[in-house]
Amino acid sequence: MKRYVYIGIVAFIVIVTYPFWSAGKAKKPEPKLDTPEIQKLVEKKCVEPKEFMKREHMKLLNQWRDAALRDGTRVYVNSEGKEFTVSLQNTCMKCHSNKKKFCDECHNYAGVKPYCWDCHIAPKEEEGQI
Amino acid sequence: MAKLPKPQELMQTIDFRPPKTDWRNLKVELREGMYCHPAKKKDLEAVDYPYIREWSPKDEDWKLPADWKEQVLEAIRERLIRFRSFHVFMDICVRCGACADKCHFFLGSGDPNNMPVLRAELMRSIYRRYFTPSGKILGSIAGARELTPEIIKEWWYYFYQCTECRRCSLYCPYGIDTAEVTIIAREILNLLGLQLGWIAGPVANCYWKGNHLGLEPHTIKSNIEFMLDDIENITGIRIEPSFNRKGAEILFITPSGDLFGVPGVYTCMGYLMLFHEIGLDYTWSTYASEGGNFGFFTSMEMAKRLTYKIYSEAKRLGVKWILGGECGHMWRIWNQYLPTFWEPPDNLQVPVSPITGTRFEHARYSKLVHVVEFTADLIKHGKLNLDTSRTDHLVVTWHDSCNTSRGMGIFEEPRFVIKNVVKNFYEMPDNTIRERTFCCGSGSGLNASENMELRMRGGFPRAMAVKHVNEKYGVNVLANMCAIDRAALQPLMDYWVPGVTVMGVHELVGNALVMKGEKERTLDMRGEPLPGKEAKEE
Amino acid sequence: MRIIGSLLLVIVLLLIAYAGSGPAGLTPLFGIVIPYIAIGIFILGFLWKLLKWARSYVPFRIPTTGGQQRSFPWIKWSRLDNPATGTGVIGRMVLEIFLMRSLFRNTRSEIVGTKLVHGSSKWLWIGAMAFHWAFFIVLIRHMRLFIEPVPGYVHFLESLDGFFQIGHPRLMMTGVVLIGAGVYLFLRRWYIPQVRYISLPADYFPLFLIIAIATTGVIMRYFTKTDIVAVKTLLLSLMTFSPQIPEKEKIDTIFYIHLFLVSALLAYFPFSKLMHLGGIFMSPTRNMANNLRVKRHVNPWDYPVKVHHYEEYENEFRDKMKASGIPVEKE
Repeated sequence: MKRYVYIGIVAFIVIVTYPFWSAGKAKKPEPKLDTPEIQKLVEKKCVEPKEFMKREHMKLLNQWRDAALRDGTRVYVNSEGKEFTVSLQNTCMKCHSNKKKFCDECHNYAGVKPYCWDCHIAPKEEEGQI
Repeated sequence: MAKLPKPQELMQTIDFRPPKTDWRNLKVELREGMYCHPAKKKDLEAVDYPYIREWSPKDEDWKLPADWKEQVLEAIRERLIRFRSFHVFMDICVRCGACADKCHFFLGSGDPNNMPVLRAELMRSIYRRYFTPSGKILGSIAGARELTPEIIKEWWYYFYQCTECRRCSLYCPYGIDTAEVTIIAREILNLLGLQLGWIAGPVANCYWKGNHLGLEPHTIKSNIEFMLDDIENITGIRIEPSFNRKGAEILFITPSGDLFGVPGVYTCMGYLMLFHEIGLDYTWSTYASEGGNFGFFTSMEMAKRLTYKIYSEAKRLGVKWILGGECGHMWRIWNQYLPTFWEPPDNLQVPVSPITGTRFEHARYSKLVHVVEFTADLIKHGKLNLDTSRTDHLVVTWHDSCNTSRGMGIFEEPRFVIKNVVKNFYEMPDNTIRERTFCCGSGSGLNASENMELRMRGGFPRAMAVKHVNEKYGVNVLANMCAIDRAALQPLMDYWVPGVTVMGVHELVGNALVMKGEKERTLDMRGEPLPGKEAKEE
Repeated sequence: MRIIGSLLLVIVLLLIAYAGSGPAGLTPLFGIVIPYIAIGIFILGFLWKLLKWARSYVPFRIPTTGGQQRSFPWIKWSRLDNPATGTGVIGRMVLEIFLMRSLFRNTRSEIVGTKLVHGSSKWLWIGAMAFHWAFFIVLIRHMRLFIEPVPGYVHFLESLDGFFQIGHPRLMMTGVVLIGAGVYLFLRRWYIPQVRYISLPADYFPLFLIIAIATTGVIMRYFTKTDIVAVKTLLLSLMTFSPQIPEKEKIDTIFYIHLFLVSALLAYFPFSKLMHLGGIFMSPTRNMANNLRVKRHVNPWDYPVKVHHYEEYENEFRDKMKASGIPVEKE
């Protein structure tokens, strides 16, 4: 009987330490902002401030989708009063044309699989496949 | 003796709503009719029980030994190591409450301490206080309590309001078995000399005379001879069984309740007739004349001491295997303890039915076969000539005994036998039979007379289920295969469901069994006229 | 009092984490030191308890049999409710651990008029299943923050959990279920008189703590947001024993509160009823086969006992036995 108990104890140790021995040493992702389109900008600013975009971009994208597809609103006015066209492909991806470097690296790191690309076609990137 | 209230009055006192006061602040009130008399000194001395003295539950001072507290704590410590069940069950209860309304004593009394969870908490609170870091540091916030003489009284009162039926254990998501806690609590109470008369008497008898009733060898023989006279009167056949016969193929052991008193003897007559009819080469033993084991209700050690006789007698007589009679806790012990207490002797062989040739593979190590299994096999192979017209006036339901249900799982065999010997069979509601069965309320040594109110309360759920089929189908017979049931269910029926008779399986078998050379039967096993049979004769 | 006390304790924990990691700025304490200590207590405490249980013996074979025993080939045997083999026991344990088989049996007994009625009652089972499974899936989903690259099963679970694609970030059903089931279990404990009567602070506290953990998690994911990349970097640094606290503005206080409550749960775990997680595996009434009639079982602490031998018996009753014609050993 005791044999099974000790097998169980070993199993417990393996399971609870699992994150420790399988964590892996990955380098922190560093999204690249050096696309040609961004280089051209005088004022290197997204539609909203960087810190906001970092945390809330998914919410904003969701709003944009609803605005464009459900309400037909194609204009977004940001916190500074500037206007932008509500479009993933023509606004967001125009600057951030480097999806693999800009989007995927963090998403993969955080294990996020956005369903943007279920409908949208990902931009073709020179160095690789989709 | 306390006056037993009328059924209606008793039922009105049942209230499942808990009191306002926290159970930890409730002072235990020993109500007459709910507990048994303490053990007699001579019975305790007979088997060297510790700390023997005169005391009464009504006394303020129970004259505990001077070092009672150390003894209790040491006993708990020792048992935490001896029994993983106890240790784990002390730690893991989440108090989900699933067990609360599963206990027949709670359903019959509404006393919150009869919820299995609280019954175990009576012990757990002490465990926490003295054996866990949180209980030592946080005390009552962690659900811990100080061990006081009051708590010993409370244990005595409530651990003798549990029949170790294991119904709570079936429903518990972790299998917490209050029987394990009760067994250990009783061991501890035993160490303090707080034993029940109704348990200590049978234990002393069983140890010295071989059976609970204290029947001496010649009395066993003469009791059986009275039964043989009755059988001859009913069937015209004289049976001659053997006693302590060396070289018999099978040793037959049954609870001694079958040898004395009604309705046990009718079941015993059924065995005698059946074994005679099939020409079984078997013997009775006057030394190993007890299948049951009241030692199990005091301590594991006493259980072991009393079971010694079984295998040792099988060895002395040189039998091939052992056949066991209809008993509840006997089969819990034979199925879960006996072959651990004692190793089966070498002369025993894998049991084979000499009539059908069936090898009882499921008993190949212990060599212990249940008589109902044996009979079911006979009927399955068409070896018995059965006349159900003799039992046509009976409308039968089946009570699964708690021990054979949740400590063994013998459900289909008795049903198969019953359905072949009676025509009218009805099951009680699903939630009250098989593994979900309710206890008779008098098991584990509580079938005394001074605690009749407790027994009637404990048997309330069982009785209500019988009442249901009694009203719905006209059930008039409650069949079972347990000696305590046979003794305890009749008063329970008389109280709650008058008109229902309690019978063992082999009483019914004996009624239906057509024996070679028997005369036309006009009497049933009880010597009562068989309805319709006299008319037929004319 | 038991309820309010437990609730207050959780609130105090929350405030400690808030004050400590926010205004006091003790992020290394709350982000590194306390989580490490908590994990240490959890693992060592859990092991301590398991070893304590393991040290105890199993002297007897005492399964609670929940169905027909194995006997004749012509009788249908309940292989899982009354197992007689090791495989059967594994099956029973799987049913018990993953599907709460015993709780599924639950009934409710009531006196209706002059009858005692036992009805089926599955609410507790539903609540408990929802609570435990949701908790388990939530835990597995968190592996995305502990392991790099993120394992495939995490993605798979997330895709199932967020199947309805509500909102962005996608709504994970288990988060909602966990809070809902937790609240249900609390309400049940509070509302049913018998269950309230048996409940201890040790029953309310972990429930409140888990609800608080789930709630702070939900707030972080859907409302206040946090820099998830920074969170993962912190957690990975903990997992690889090179702890590093990211810059202050990246991770909000809510994360430290969440982490602190989880730490509290971990440290509390081994000393509480939550150890039913380990105990269920060691319950002798569930993890043993009903086969003592087939196989030997040894009691490791068995000791010799005083018995009454046949010789003594015959010596006492020889004359009576002879007189009634019962054979004796010595004439």
